[in-house]
Amino acid sequence: MIHPRKLFGKLFMFLLVVVVLLFIYLPILWLLSASLSTQVELFSVPPHWIPQHPTAQNYLDILFPGTAASSVPRTFAVSILNSLRVASILTVLCLVIGGLAAYALVRIPFKGGRGIMVGILGVRMIPEISLIIPLFIIASQMKLINTPTVLIITYMSFALPYSIWMMAIFFQTVPRELEEAARLDGCSRLQTLYKVILPISTPGLISTALFVFLLAWDEFFFALIFTSTLASKTVPVAIAEFVGRYAVNITGMMAGGFLAALPPIILALIFQRYIVRGLTAGAVKG
Amino acid sequence: MNLSVVKPKKRNSLSRQDTRTAWLFIAPSLIIILGVALWPILSTFFLSFFNAPSGLNQPRIFNWGRNYIDLLADPAFWQTISRTAYFTIVSVVLELLAGLGIAQLIHSRPLGWKFLRFSLIIPWAVPTIVSGAMWRWIYSGDFGALNGLLMQLGLIKHYIPFLTKPELAMNLVILADFWHVVPLVALILQAALAGIPVELDEAAEVDGANAWQRFWNIRLPMLRGAILVALIIRTVEAFRVFDIVYIITSGGPASSTITISYLTYLTTFPYGKLGAGAALSFLISIFTLTLAIIYIRFLYRPEENQ
Repeated sequence: MIHPRKLFGKLFMFLLVVVVLLFIYLPILWLLSASLSTQVELFSVPPHWIPQHPTAQNYLDILFPGTAASSVPRTFAVSILNSLRVASILTVLCLVIGGLAAYALVRIPFKGGRGIMVGILGVRMIPEISLIIPLFIIASQMKLINTPTVLIITYMSFALPYSIWMMAIFFQTVPRELEEAARLDGCSRLQTLYKVILPISTPGLISTALFVFLLAWDEFFFALIFTSTLASKTVPVAIAEFVGRYAVNITGMMAGGFLAALPPIILALIFQRYIVRGLTAGAVKG
Repeated sequence: MNLSVVKPKKRNSLSRQDTRTAWLFIAPSLIIILGVALWPILSTFFLSFFNAPSGLNQPRIFNWGRNYIDLLADPAFWQTISRTAYFTIVSVVLELLAGLGIAQLIHSRPLGWKFLRFSLIIPWAVPTIVSGAMWRWIYSGDFGALNGLLMQLGLIKHYIPFLTKPELAMNLVILADFWHVVPLVALILQAALAGIPVELDEAAEVDGANAWQRFWNIRLPMLRGAILVALIIRTVEAFRVFDIVYIITSGGPASSTITISYLTYLTTFPYGKLGAGAALSFLISIFTLTLAIIYIRFLYRPEENQ
């Protein structure tokens, strides 16, 4: 038989779990519910917690806007493609360029390696706002404003140091003997990296890729400053645009918000193990 | 999470070749980082000493540190600093305490702990702007869920326009940030807790230490490293908060949620004062850099802190 005090303790802990779960899920479920509501239901007092006439219209409106629709909902569908493009190109570039650097920093002995590593860690913490003015001036002169290119390049300011740091941590855990065996077999540094380090560090590479992708998907400030045309905005900017100058397009904002949250949530849930590894290794996301 | 970089061995032809390979591998990263981070931050510092209106071909006039003097003499600047400090301190303290609590809750394996750990990652994964948009609608004074909930619970009689109240707005922004960030802190601390050897706890229990004593005297000291990392990272991020303010309040009502980053944005872009904006953003960098140095020193001293 369980001691009553222990039972009470267990019950109390369980209640705490329920409270935290409610705090996590209620806002998200409300977002989902609002995104499936008609404007009339959304503007009812007291609120209809579960829509009585659920509709997918809000989603259809922003994903397949007719030609008559105003420019804001039309932006959304394009912005998803823009975000996908920027985030995936950035991820590939950071993995390739940063992977080479990370390998050299942890596995090739040379003067100055430690200094560079410290510098990279420092650069990772520079706020975007401290870089924006010169970047903006240069980007205007080079006519790069409103292109995905400018986002990919400027996102590197935080994504590249971040991925070098993370991959360095993962590469370091590869047993040195394996690498030395490959070197004795006549592999060059590049071949060693390609044939020994990368296959063993696959989980670490997945973590890094996920983080870079999510960082880019989440990024708002550079995108706000650098993109102002319909064709170039990213998802966060498109969502912020639903708050118009005169009226807020709530249904669009809710449906767009839920759609924008879905890919990162699904990725995070599927790759939870990798994310937690990455969190404890790199411990940062904006 | 500690890194030690291999040290160079004695010089011979092989090590010279290694050095060349290393620089070859690092060069692309270095060039990019120089171009998109180091050059811009130096350039920002340089620009902060000029009167620089935005717009092409506008003359830039060196003004002898006038931007900094004007800032320091402006009461609005100091109000912004204290507002930012309030946001930073309150949100970081609450997030660390709650994160620690949730980590400990999961660690003690109550009914449903696995589902809780599984769910924690969700608010973290939601993009900041989406989280802000969601909370903005929850707080809505006309039709918001918070008003609806409080009314149905009988706590209020009329809907309250929360976001038009200067004394409330900042706290509501903090609550939204809290929702988004607590999971991150909890996950970091939970992973650190899981790394503490169970034997320590069991030994203390045999010696008669109660649950609270075991937490306070054994687990908490061993978490010091993880807590410090979370603390520094969160402080840096909270101090430069922008996205969530932009989407929820846009600095309002009555400037009550204008933080230092938001002021920098306003000064630089809508107002077009690049020099003054550069001065502001450089001040943010100084603060961040100070914390970064502490962070780096900490990460590079593995023996003491693990």
